[in-house]
Amino acid sequence: MTEATAAPAPQALRPPRSQWRDVWDQFRTHKGALAGLSVFIFILLFVLVGPLIWRISPTASPTDALTLIRSKNMGPSWAHPLGTDQLARDLLARMMAGGKISIAVGLTAMSLSIFLGTLVGVLAGYFKRLDGPLMRLTDLFLALPLLPLLLVMMLLFRDPIASRLGVEAGTFLLIVSAIGITSWMQCARIVRGEVLALKEREFVLAAKSIGTPPRRMILRHILPNIMSPIMVAATLGIANAIITESALSFLGLGFPPDFPTWGRLLNDAVDLMQETPGLVIFPGIAISLTVLSVNYIGDGLRDALDPRIRGR
Amino acid sequence: MLTFTIRRLILSIPVLLLISLIIFLLLNFAPGDPLANQPLTIPPEVRAKMREALGLGAPVYVRYILWLKQFFWVEPLHAFDWAFGTHFSAGMERILSWQFRSPVFDVIVQRIPQTLTVVGMSYLIGVLIAIPIGILSAYRQYSWFDQIGTFISMIGFSVPTFFTGVVLIVVFSVELNWFPSIYDTNLKVVDWPSFVKQVQQMAMPVMVLALYNAAQISRFMRASMLDNLQQDYVRTARAKGMGERVVVLTHVLRNSLIPVVTVIALGVPSIFGGAIITEQVFKVNGLGQLLITAIYADDIPMVQTLTFIFAVLIVVFNLVADILYGLLDPRIRYD
Repeated sequence: MTEATAAPAPQALRPPRSQWRDVWDQFRTHKGALAGLSVFIFILLFVLVGPLIWRISPTASPTDALTLIRSKNMGPSWAHPLGTDQLARDLLARMMAGGKISIAVGLTAMSLSIFLGTLVGVLAGYFKRLDGPLMRLTDLFLALPLLPLLLVMMLLFRDPIASRLGVEAGTFLLIVSAIGITSWMQCARIVRGEVLALKEREFVLAAKSIGTPPRRMILRHILPNIMSPIMVAATLGIANAIITESALSFLGLGFPPDFPTWGRLLNDAVDLMQETPGLVIFPGIAISLTVLSVNYIGDGLRDALDPRIRGR
Repeated sequence: MLTFTIRRLILSIPVLLLISLIIFLLLNFAPGDPLANQPLTIPPEVRAKMREALGLGAPVYVRYILWLKQFFWVEPLHAFDWAFGTHFSAGMERILSWQFRSPVFDVIVQRIPQTLTVVGMSYLIGVLIAIPIGILSAYRQYSWFDQIGTFISMIGFSVPTFFTGVVLIVVFSVELNWFPSIYDTNLKVVDWPSFVKQVQQMAMPVMVLALYNAAQISRFMRASMLDNLQQDYVRTARAKGMGERVVVLTHVLRNSLIPVVTVIALGVPSIFGGAIITEQVFKVNGLGQLLITAIYADDIPMVQTLTFIFAVLIVVFNLVADILYGLLDPRIRYD
């Protein structure tokens, strides 16, 4: 008879919570990060869904000279909520088109730099023989003057690559790879440190003792455990890439004028800022808001992914 | 300490050589012709002569070694001659700029004062703003001062300098007409009115760069202060009955400044890079603007030399930061 009383199911135990649920709960307590996330989602919607609603072409310009002169450099109106530029093109549509390119550059360049950084970091941290040479390479890259080199690379390779792959694809590829190969060093250093610490842990020893080959070791045991610093580096990498791209475009060495990016719009408008400050202000605000929101997301992620803070 | 410094100095030589090689190869193997913007009517044999005159006839490694010799031997000798009135470098060929037809270093020497006054001043002001802000926001963590400080520094390093610069121009020189939007290099400070003019034209570029620098340094200062405020020695000092002023400004501040000083040293070369954009916005004809015009004009010797100077700055200030760290923090010993 006693067995029946000992049997009740352990209802007091709560259902298991996944790690990402915990991370999300901690992330929600960071007000700045939540605001940043909503602003970033809004900007993404503006850029991706916006052109479906606002159907004016970003490159459409009136064909006859009279309408062009009458409708250029206008202030905000119902027909053009943000006004028009020096060729009477609609600024709202150009902002959407430009944002798409700017954010695409940011995301792709970030992926490339994170991929390179993780690769170098894991190889240097896991294989002792590669550590010295790879870290010297990282130090060498850190000592390069990056902005001047980026400018030189853009100037020297823009036209040959553009003539081979087409203007838009060529410039995009060049900018993304130039930013990617000049910004992986921080990520590599962080990842190497994490891998070195992880290699001393018991579960790695256990996996090694049952004969796990290095490839599976890295992919199954090491990489999942260093995801959090990589994610933080990735968010901050987006901000960095967007700023670098717009700086290049601002200096006139990014995308050609027909492909509006936010930096390019800003560059085109600087000469006209006395008459139409709106042309300068709106792209600038778009860049700053995007970068600010991404930085806040990174800040919140860093807190949320740190188990020492999450416990509190 | 001395052996460490000497070892690091020797180690930085191959690094610098490698960097100069990378820059040289990037510039010389790139597709693109330095004579591309000459008129098409020049006959081919004249064009070949022009290439010869620019030194493009020799193979790449000869040109590289020649450039190394000119940079590390001829130019220092020339500087020595200029300083002491000797004639060691007479007859030696210096690095010539293709767009100015004059030695690269003469042009650089003309441009350095503008960059140093604007950039140096902004870095100084940035540091002077950042340190008190960092101390206060760490001492009153999560107060409204700290929240506002965090927000402003977040804005400071999120808003690109070319946008803050343009906004300042719109506000202060277009709307309010307080400051000129273009930097006048010919202005000489001789009396009070010209000094006021100089301050006015420096105000905006300095503001832009100072905001950007202060944003970053104040974050480091705050984090470093927070680390130290929780240490046991702070509690001991308070228990001994020391005033808050002494505890914070003498004990904590001195210890917190150690990492911040190295961050400040590490930031110096990146300031020169950041100034490229600011100089472009405000039309200051300093080093950054020189680099941009040289890049547009395909002036390869100038680009090569300037980029390498930036690299030297980075390597040197990394070394300075390491040495400072060892000098300031007795726990760190490089043996």
